[in-house]
Amino acid sequence: MKTIFEKSKIGSKGVEIKKQNVPAYEFPEGYRRKDLDLPEVSEIEVVRHYTGLSRRAFGVDNGFYPLGSCTMKYNPKVNEEVAQMRGFTNIHPLQNEENAQGALKAMHILSEYLCEITGMDDITLQPAAGAHGEYTGLKLISKYHKARGDLKRNKIIVPDSAHGTNPASATLAGFEVINIKSDEEHGVDLEELKKVVGDDTAALMLTNPTTLGLFEKNIVKIAEIVHGAGGKLYYDGANLNAIMGVVRPGDMGFDVIHLNLHKTFSTPHGGGGPGSGPVGCKEEFACFLPGPKVEKYGEEYFLVNLPESMGKVGSFYGNFLVYLKALTYILTLGKEGIPYSAKCAVLNANYLKAKLQDKFDTEKDRHCMHEFVISIKKIKEETGVSAMDIAKAMIDGGVHPPTMYFPLIVDEALMFEPTETETKETLDEAIELLNDLHARAYSDPESLKTAPHNAVIRRPDEVMAARKPVLRYVKP
Amino acid sequence: MSHYVPHTEADIKAMLKDIGVKSKTELFSDVPKKLLLKELNIPEGITQQEVLEFMQKLADANTVYDVVLRGAGSYKHFLPSTVKNLSSRAEFVTAYTPYQAEISQGILQVIFEYQTMICNLTGMEVSNASVYNGASAAAEAILMCKERNKSKVIILGDIRPDTKSTIITYTEDQGLEILDIPLDKDLKGLKEALDDQVACVYVEQPGYLGNVIDAKEVGDIVKGSGAKYIMGCNPISLAILKSPGECGADIAVGDGQPLGLPLGFGGPYLGFMACTEKMMRKIPGRIVGETVDADGKKAYVLTLQAREQHIRRERALSNICSNQALCALTVTIYLSTIGKQGLIDVANECVNLSHYFKNELSKVQGVEFLEGEFFHEFVTITPGKVDAILSELNKVNILGGLKLDRDRILWCVTETVSKECLDFVVDLIRGVL
Repeated sequence: MKTIFEKSKIGSKGVEIKKQNVPAYEFPEGYRRKDLDLPEVSEIEVVRHYTGLSRRAFGVDNGFYPLGSCTMKYNPKVNEEVAQMRGFTNIHPLQNEENAQGALKAMHILSEYLCEITGMDDITLQPAAGAHGEYTGLKLISKYHKARGDLKRNKIIVPDSAHGTNPASATLAGFEVINIKSDEEHGVDLEELKKVVGDDTAALMLTNPTTLGLFEKNIVKIAEIVHGAGGKLYYDGANLNAIMGVVRPGDMGFDVIHLNLHKTFSTPHGGGGPGSGPVGCKEEFACFLPGPKVEKYGEEYFLVNLPESMGKVGSFYGNFLVYLKALTYILTLGKEGIPYSAKCAVLNANYLKAKLQDKFDTEKDRHCMHEFVISIKKIKEETGVSAMDIAKAMIDGGVHPPTMYFPLIVDEALMFEPTETETKETLDEAIELLNDLHARAYSDPESLKTAPHNAVIRRPDEVMAARKPVLRYVKP
Repeated sequence: MSHYVPHTEADIKAMLKDIGVKSKTELFSDVPKKLLLKELNIPEGITQQEVLEFMQKLADANTVYDVVLRGAGSYKHFLPSTVKNLSSRAEFVTAYTPYQAEISQGILQVIFEYQTMICNLTGMEVSNASVYNGASAAAEAILMCKERNKSKVIILGDIRPDTKSTIITYTEDQGLEILDIPLDKDLKGLKEALDDQVACVYVEQPGYLGNVIDAKEVGDIVKGSGAKYIMGCNPISLAILKSPGECGADIAVGDGQPLGLPLGFGGPYLGFMACTEKMMRKIPGRIVGETVDADGKKAYVLTLQAREQHIRRERALSNICSNQALCALTVTIYLSTIGKQGLIDVANECVNLSHYFKNELSKVQGVEFLEGEFFHEFVTITPGKVDAILSELNKVNILGGLKLDRDRILWCVTETVSKECLDFVVDLIRGVL
């Protein structure tokens, strides 16, 4: 499709701006810009253009999205309706507290519920995404150690199965990263862990269930080892959907956590954001949380800045309209709906795994949690068809590909997370599709290596994109 | 119990049977028994109707003002009807990050158009796909300028308090020292502070108190010292004010909220970031590039990923992963709809109305001002009368300017305020004084 710039015609206008009868003010010559290059397009052209582009996008509303680690569950419509209420969208972040009691109450209730669900004592809603939350959480740990004069603790331990944001966030928060290998079951290797913990350990960052979709069975021992050395335990909430309402990070021994409301709590991903990444913590870290915090005195809500707070990690109070959607979701599901959803997410993943494990290599001895990883290594050796080829061929089958080549510790990995909101029929269709692709890998591998065939483009040349970057439209 | 699980009891039975277990609980056999939670201590689930009633009550407990004369980082502008309508399309809203280019061309092209618009507005060569908000954009921009043996960062003039606080949070672990230098008349303070240890100078245009400066003059001085020049901008002002590119900036950042996003009690907004081609491989976050597919057809992909955390892990320049894609889409639709002339008109209306307001206020006995050029925000000084003015306005459902202290108010006038309303406010203030 042409870009909006190529549809521009000098003099076209999408909308007229109201002009008022006041004198014109002009800045001195040296202050004014020369030229402005923005599209000039009529309203119908704008509507057709972006409607056209929306048809070249694929969301959860379009079809099955088993993207591992991303929890692409259904995004309830009622959440969107709530986030569009005028009393939320049209309020200024700096209007007086007494004129924003509803907003502050919503923040307060959500904070309480999230604390209860995670087993934490306090929480901030300010971080705008998961990685932002990780950074904030690690800053909390840094502030905590420093405030105690424990200045040696500058190392964060990260398993080799972790998301890339974990080590990157640790560096940004001023820590040194120690990577540790996983054991045979892809969990934390306790002996390795014992070797690296010490009086310089600030924290261990862990995702549980792990990025392989397995529950970390040794979690209690891990917590003992890290705490025994004076370190703290950080919980990456990327995979909370498997266990929400079933087992709580706080009870497992975690001290600081972040959540991804755009995964676990059904707020939409929006094509890559806005997300929301609240950070919860145990009492001993609470005084360092970013400000301001919502506090309740009597029946009234106030914004309070704490003297020892780490300061801000972004503008105002974070992605307010996003976390309202999460509140709507939690209110809807309630105390039974939350664990029920987690259990059904695990049910769906295990069903999919059970039906695929005869043909595709995966963990067979244990039940998975909300997701599982299959390896295409053997198929690739036998047919030349890679994980990427299978993923691209799924597109022709009307299914969004699973996460590819992650976690890094599995060769030719494909990671499936069906979520609880998919029907058995949808899963059965995906199983049929994957079985068909498995057969075709052996009978007609070329058709997979050249997939997709029905998408609006074929595979793009990513090498050229990076070597000769074209990052904006320039008029010929 | 309400939930979004579509299974019937029969489905669940059949699935458990195929897995080979008796109950869902059996699937959790890896979880140590003593850790299993008995019950969540939150209310029972409620119906959609009840949820809507509950949330509507919360929404109604907030005051929605007829007129907003407060800005300070969040600006009420007119939103064309296309903006909400098109940006609510579920294909956009419910999609993931466009890593799978073949089924994400729509989202990738939107971001490509967004990047082009941000480049054109700022006069820069490279834009990313957005970051969390204006404050985090400023902090990330400063981190881009980190160089060996350069440990100082100059913040020139008044900047938004949230941005300042975020910058301090992000830089304090990186061995960077922040120097606050006031904007004095001949930029003497800046000239004195600039030495070979200064990594960058960050200035906001307009400044926190609305002031507009000759940003090119600052740029010339900064350039001469070898430090990088970062401008934080209100994007509406860029329609008429000299672009960061024209001022010699290396990086331009700002909050994109004024370009089509509602006040929303502070978020979600988006941070825009653009830089020179020279700094292209240092800019954080996702970037979309144009390429061709296997048939030679034009295609868009996420590119330059070698910078990013999922490739470089602890050696990445930033930890950023999610951006604010849907907000970037909203900005793109806003700018496409109002277009070149529309944005200039909006900027001029803001300037004209705010200058009219200030001029009318200057006729009121007892109102003083800070000196200097301004865009659409300015400060009044009315010793001891701030609370009285703001509370009188509140009574007639007008959100007055932001109280800075007991004497000063920071006002903001956008195209959403009518001349008649401004006349009314001037009379009201006259009455109070």
